[in-house]
Amino acid sequence: MSIDWKNYPVGRFHDELIDSDNKARAHAKPLASFLEKMDEDELAARQAAADLSIKEMGITFTVYSQEEGTIDRAWPFDIIPRIIAKSEWDRIEAGLKQRVHALNLFIDDLYHEQKVIKDGVFPKEVLADSVNFRPQCIGVNPPLGIWAHICGSDLVRDKDGTVYVLEDNLRVPSGVSYMLENRLVTKRVFPELFDDYAPLPVDDYPSQLFDTLAALSPRPAEYPEVAVMTPGIYNSAYFEHSYLAQQMGCELVEGRDLFVGDDDCVYMRTVDGNSRVDVIYRRIDDLFLDPEAFRPDSTLGVPGLLRAWKAGKVALANAPGSGVADDKVVYAFVPEIIRYYLGEDPIIPNVPTYRCMYEKERDHVLANLDKLVVKPANESGGYGMLMGPMSTKAERETFADLIRHNPRNYIAQPTLSLSTVPTVVGKRVEPRHLDLRPFILSADKIQVTTGGLTRVALRKGSLVVNSSQGGGSKDTWIVETPEKA
Amino acid sequence: MLSRVAENIYWMARYVERAEDTARMVGVNTNLLLDLPKGIAPGWRPLIDITGCNETYEASYGDYTERQVLKFLIADQDHGGSILSALRAGRENCRTIRDIVPREAWEQINELYLYGRDELQQGMTKKGRHGYLKQIILRCQTITGMLAGTMNHDRGYEFLRMGRNMERADMTTRIIDVRSANLLTDTPDLSPFDNIQWVSVLKSLTGYQMYRQSMQVRVRRGEVLRFLFQSEVFPRSLRHALRNIEASVEHLPNNEAAQRALHRTQRAVQSTQVQGLDTQGLHRFVDEIQLGLSDIHKELATAYFLPE
Repeated sequence: MSIDWKNYPVGRFHDELIDSDNKARAHAKPLASFLEKMDEDELAARQAAADLSIKEMGITFTVYSQEEGTIDRAWPFDIIPRIIAKSEWDRIEAGLKQRVHALNLFIDDLYHEQKVIKDGVFPKEVLADSVNFRPQCIGVNPPLGIWAHICGSDLVRDKDGTVYVLEDNLRVPSGVSYMLENRLVTKRVFPELFDDYAPLPVDDYPSQLFDTLAALSPRPAEYPEVAVMTPGIYNSAYFEHSYLAQQMGCELVEGRDLFVGDDDCVYMRTVDGNSRVDVIYRRIDDLFLDPEAFRPDSTLGVPGLLRAWKAGKVALANAPGSGVADDKVVYAFVPEIIRYYLGEDPIIPNVPTYRCMYEKERDHVLANLDKLVVKPANESGGYGMLMGPMSTKAERETFADLIRHNPRNYIAQPTLSLSTVPTVVGKRVEPRHLDLRPFILSADKIQVTTGGLTRVALRKGSLVVNSSQGGGSKDTWIVETPEKA
Repeated sequence: MLSRVAENIYWMARYVERAEDTARMVGVNTNLLLDLPKGIAPGWRPLIDITGCNETYEASYGDYTERQVLKFLIADQDHGGSILSALRAGRENCRTIRDIVPREAWEQINELYLYGRDELQQGMTKKGRHGYLKQIILRCQTITGMLAGTMNHDRGYEFLRMGRNMERADMTTRIIDVRSANLLTDTPDLSPFDNIQWVSVLKSLTGYQMYRQSMQVRVRRGEVLRFLFQSEVFPRSLRHALRNIEASVEHLPNNEAAQRALHRTQRAVQSTQVQGLDTQGLHRFVDEIQLGLSDIHKELATAYFLPE
C-alpha cells in the first residue's frame, strides 16, 4: 500500500506541505506525487538507508545521562524534506536581516550611551536585572561595531499560517552543521527528487562563515589565523565544532591551547612554537571565556582573553556580552527596538508575549497558566519551561511561586498551534510539529542561510523539538514556486 | 600543528600499540602454558611483572591465578595497561582530534573499542579467548595500516610513528627482562623446555619466523637477545624502533634535546655485547634502556606537548 494523502490527518493545524482540503500545496506537488508512487516498504527502506548513512558518517550529538555517562548519539533525521516557497522565504530573509541589524545596534548602544534607555524605549530595570549584560564590556568597540556575528533565530508558524520569531540565539547557537549534513543525506536517499526540484544550495555556509570571521581580523592585510574554540569532547555540540573547523580549514582549539602574551596578543601553542591567532569563533559561554575577567574557576577559558579583545588584538565572535539581547524578556521589546533604531515596522512579528515584570501582564499570566507557555529568561534547550495545557496542577503551582518570587525572570506566551509536516512513522506518514532555525551572519555584510535547520518533534502531539528531548530534524528546501497548474 | 593535537596523536598510537602488544602477550602465554609440564610452567605472574604493576595488582586481586591475571590485563577499567582501557583511551584521544584523523580510521578505532567492550565476556572464557585476542590484534594492525595509507605523512604522522615505536621499544625491553629472568641458564645447550620459552619470547613479539629467516640459526639465548635488541630489519627490535623515532624527530623543529637523548640510548643499544650478558647484567642493561626511553619521552613532551 502506498501513501494516500486523502487519509493524511491534517487536523486543525497548518501543514507545511498539505492544505486543509488534503491537497498538496503548490510548492509540494511534485514531492507529494513522488511519495504517492512509493510503496510503504520502499519508504521504510529509504528511512533505514538514511539512518545508516548518518551512523556511518558519524553525525552525532552528545547527551549526558546518569546511567551511561557521556554518549555520542546518532542524529535523528526524517527523510521527507520540508519545503518553503522562495517568494515566502525572500520576505523572511529580509525580516531576519532587519532584526539582526537592529539587535546589533541595540547591543552596541547598551554598551555605550544607552540612548534606548534615555529615550524611554527600553526599561532600565530590565537591563539592571539582565544576567547576560557584562559590565566588563562597557565602552568596548568591537570591529565594525558588530557584536552578534552569528545569530540563530527560531521561527514557528501558527495555525493561520503566520510566521513568528520565537526567540533569538545570540550566544553560541548550534545546529548549522546538521543543516549541511541533512542535505548530503537527502541527496543520497532521494536522488530522484532532485529531477523535479532544484532546491537552492546550502553548502556555501562554511565559506560565508569564514569570510565573516576573517572580516573581523585585527590584521586585515595578512591572511588571518581563524580558530574555532570548543569546550571539548564532552560538549553536546562537539561534533559541530569539529565539523566547522574542518570545513573552514582552521584549527579547532581548546582553552589550554591558547595563551595571552605580554603584548596582549593571543597565541596558540604549536609544535613549531607559538603562533598568533587573529579571530576566535568561540563556542563557549561568556562566563567561561576568561577566568581573570569572569568565573575564576573556569578551566575551559584563557586567562587574559578579555584584555586581548579589549585591546583590539584579537576578535571574538560572538563578542562577549552579546547575550544581553538573547534574553527572553528583551525579546518582548524587539519590535520596539526595530522601530527605534531603523524607523521601520518589523517584517516578521514576535509571538505575543506577556512580561511578568509588569503587574497587569503578570496577573493575566497567573490567571491563565493552564493556557500559556511560561519560559525563564535565560535558559535554552527547552529546559525550565512550563507547557500550560499539558501541565499538572502541582507544576502550575510551582511555577506561580517561581513567577511571584522572581517576576523579572519570566515571560509567557500563548501556546501556538505549531505547524506540521509529513513525517515517516514506521511505514506510514503522519503530521509532526516543527520549527525552523535560520542562521544569520553579520560582519561587513549580513547573510542568511538558505532555509536553515528544520527541527521536528518526533513524538506524536509533542511540541518540543530539541534534540536532547526527542526532537529530530529534516532537510529544508527553498524552491522557486512552480507555475500554478 | 597544535601541541595538544600532536600529543593526542602520539598517545593514540601508543594506546593502540599497547592493546595489540598486550593481546599478543596474553595469547602467547596461554599457548606456552599448554606446552609446559605443571612443575616447570612459570604461570601467569610474569605477565604482571612485565607491566610492572604488581603492587596495584596485589592490592585488588591477591593471587596470580589465570582468571584474575586475565581480568587485570584484559578488562580492568582502572588499570591503564589493560586492553580495554588502552582501547578506550586510544578512542578518546582519537575523538578529540576527529578533524585531523581520516574519517575511516576514526570509524575503525571506534568499532575496535566497541568490539573490545561488547565481546569481553567471550575473551574471558578459555574457549573464546583465542578468537577475541586475534580480533584485537588484527583490528589494531588494520588501524596502523589504514593510517599509513590514508593520512598525510606530515608532522601529525611523525607523532603517530613516534608513539607507536616508543610503545614497541618499551614493550620489547619489558618482555625480554621478565621472560629471561626466570629461565636463564648460561649453558649453551638449553633444555627443551627452556627452548620453548625462548620461542615464546620471540612469539610474544611476533618475531619467531623473522628470527629464523634473519638469524639462520636455531633458537639460542644469545642470538635471540641480539635479534630483539639489535636487529636492523625486525620492526619490533629495539634498534629498529629507535631508528624510526630518530627518523621522525629529524623532521621536527627544535629537536636538539630529543636527538641527544635518542643518540645516547641508541649508542648504548648498539655498543653493548648483549649476547654475553649474564642474568644480572641483562637486568641492569634493560634498566638503563628503560631510563633512556623515559628521557626520550620527556624531551619530546618538553619540546612539543602542552606544558603540564
